Amino acid sequence: MDAAIRQIGFRIRSLIPFLPKPNLRHAVGLVLLCVLGIPIAAGLIFTLLPAFGYLPSIGGHTLSLEPWRELFSYPGFATSLRITVTTGLAATVLALILSFSFCAVVHGRMRDRGADGLLAPLLAAPHAAMAIGLAFLMAPSGWLIRLVSPWLTGYTVPPDIATVQDPWGAALVTGLLIKELPFLLIVILAALNQIPVDQQMRAGRALGYGQGIVWIKIIAPQVYAQIRLPVYVVLAYSLSVVDMALILAPSNPPPLSVVAFKWFMAPDVTRTLPAAAAATLQLFVVAGAIGIWRLGERGVAGLGLWWTTRGGRGVSGEPGLKLAAALGTIILSLGLGSLIALAVWSLAWRWPFPDILPSTWSLDIWSRQAHALVWPLGNTVVLAAVTTGVALLLAIAWLEAGDRTGRRDRAIPWHPVYIPILLPQIAFLFGTQVLTLKLQLDGSFLAVAWAHFLFVFPYVLLALADPWKALDPRYARSAAALGASPTRTLIRIKLPILLQPIAIALAIGFAVSVAQYLPTLFAGGGRVATLTTEAVAMASGGDRRVVGVFAFMQTLLPLAVYLAALVIPRIVFANRQALAGRT
Amino acid sequence: MSNALTLRSVTISIGDRRLVSDLDLVVEPGTVATIMGPSGSGKSTLISFIGGHLEPRFHATGKILIGNDDVTELPPERRGIGVLFQDDLLFPHLSVGANLAFGLAGSTAGRESRRARITEALEEADLSGFADRDPATLSGGQRARVALMRTLLAGPRALLLDEPFSKLDSDLRRDFRRFVFGRAIAKRLPILLATHDFTDAKAALGPILRLAPL
Repeated sequence: MDAAIRQIGFRIRSLIPFLPKPNLRHAVGLVLLCVLGIPIAAGLIFTLLPAFGYLPSIGGHTLSLEPWRELFSYPGFATSLRITVTTGLAATVLALILSFSFCAVVHGRMRDRGADGLLAPLLAAPHAAMAIGLAFLMAPSGWLIRLVSPWLTGYTVPPDIATVQDPWGAALVTGLLIKELPFLLIVILAALNQIPVDQQMRAGRALGYGQGIVWIKIIAPQVYAQIRLPVYVVLAYSLSVVDMALILAPSNPPPLSVVAFKWFMAPDVTRTLPAAAAATLQLFVVAGAIGIWRLGERGVAGLGLWWTTRGGRGVSGEPGLKLAAALGTIILSLGLGSLIALAVWSLAWRWPFPDILPSTWSLDIWSRQAHALVWPLGNTVVLAAVTTGVALLLAIAWLEAGDRTGRRDRAIPWHPVYIPILLPQIAFLFGTQVLTLKLQLDGSFLAVAWAHFLFVFPYVLLALADPWKALDPRYARSAAALGASPTRTLIRIKLPILLQPIAIALAIGFAVSVAQYLPTLFAGGGRVATLTTEAVAMASGGDRRVVGVFAFMQTLLPLAVYLAALVIPRIVFANRQALAGRT
Repeated sequence: MSNALTLRSVTISIGDRRLVSDLDLVVEPGTVATIMGPSGSGKSTLISFIGGHLEPRFHATGKILIGNDDVTELPPERRGIGVLFQDDLLFPHLSVGANLAFGLAGSTAGRESRRARITEALEEADLSGFADRDPATLSGGQRARVALMRTLLAGPRALLLDEPFSKLDSDLRRDFRRFVFGRAIAKRLPILLATHDFTDAKAALGPILRLAPL
């Protein structure tokens, strides 16, 4: 026995020279594998098992297909599935078309400068707040109908029609577009910086192509190749969103993700099994949709190449582009309008229909809600600050480790760390909750922070990776040639030069954490209240003015951080031309 | 202080292709040796190898010595080899003075004496009073001179020049070349210049080594 162990020990040791020499990258990779990989793997497994009837805590000891039968026999199942697929695909396709058209029309005129400021509120606002604001705009008693009543519509009381939660899911698609259009715009603008657009535009026009056509045939394919990961993230998100759907989607039957969510949350624990089945089906829907999307990409690429090489100058592509860009502008305006609606409603005291503005204004609601705001606000800020801080440190460690090992992985967008934001949250968060239960962390602040981290880290890394890799490596070499150690080079040279992208990455991470609904609810077991969980809980049927207070606060917080991230580096580097102008 | 820079049977290859084959070279203190060759011939790769920045996809053998010290295995920051690149690479977030201070070796201790060294360096470079300036507001020639002073303040034992003149126009180029050679030779440094320009090589007045194109 002893000898056998020694034998094994000897063998393992003799392998060591052949194993890669451990370095910083391996260390950071290992930490990430534990912190990201374990909860996700456990989450998927502990959701998959109950989907097939195995959940010992409620007496499910054998595998069976019963949960699936229950799911399929749910009366609204087919409608539910259809709404999920149609709204998800429609939102993604529209977001893509509108964002490309918008960029084609305004790029060159707007240049990134103004874009940051304009898009910041839309990017920073949490999904839930945006959905609530949009409901305030679109509801029968909302701002849009008030604007045209009674002089145009004749309404003196709110009409009895479903403008929000409509059976087709149009309100949900609109809500998704409001959040996804700005996201894709900012991603496209970043991608455009990598392409010599001006030269290519001049070359294309010299060959007789109109501006719009050059955009579609030459620029857009190059941009798309760079933004595929964000597009898949948008697709996965649109198909599986829960918080926006609770507010904007039809409720009877709701989309599949909401079906799963409501069953998971039901007091009757036997609902957990069909809920797990619905969640697992959601996973397949997303995986299938991404698969079909990739096939679609090939088809479009083939057609596009045929169209481009045919050499048609296409009299003009402008009208179509301009129409789409106008639609995009409407969506962006709806987004800003939603945010203003939140503010106005939170300050309204009396506001009879169909007045366009409140007849009495007051800060009363704010002061009355102050005590109710304090805890959720504190939780939200601390959660966001902690998860974003840790995520930033790990992202920097990961990127720096990459520099030191000299590995330049071109394939970074497809790295496994992005898996959490490509999976539907509902498909693994219940299982992650099971894991936190087993670790006796359930309902703790740590569990919620960990759950937020799963989503904060990929976004922080996504925001930082490109600027980091774009930094001229010769700065670090110069510093080394001057005798600076790698750590000194990191702290004195790289981090200060990258201050602006680091600040933006922090702001994005902060906003992602503030927006988290499902992870807060599942990992917190309903015991950790944030602005987001409170706002969503109140959204249906609560006093609009109170909901307005929570939702507006929820928006203000990430927006303040975002603006600080834009402004502070410019102040710090006010006397450094090379850095002050950079975005 | 004055030590030769020696390369002993240096071979660099990538995959099956040899960029540098069994190169032996001694650069005496206060002289300039030149490596010439068209772009892609491996000049910059050789400079990277000597400076310690060779990318892992290259494979290199041979030794680099300064005097009798073998620096081949040392990390770049401990080799004591200064490098001047094609661009000046002044750190954009630091003032001109802070760039120089970053370079100035720690052996000059104390605020006053460090500041004095920097003022002196700026005077030498004909840039008195520029300490608080933003590097982005300087002309190309001025920035190049700051870059050289930064390198020299670190107290290197050898100097590598990786086409540092190629982005300057011809008058500026001649002046800056004189400035670099003048300063570095006065410090009795061995200097290795990589260039594709024959006038640079001639002005160096030292041995010329040609790398063949691939």
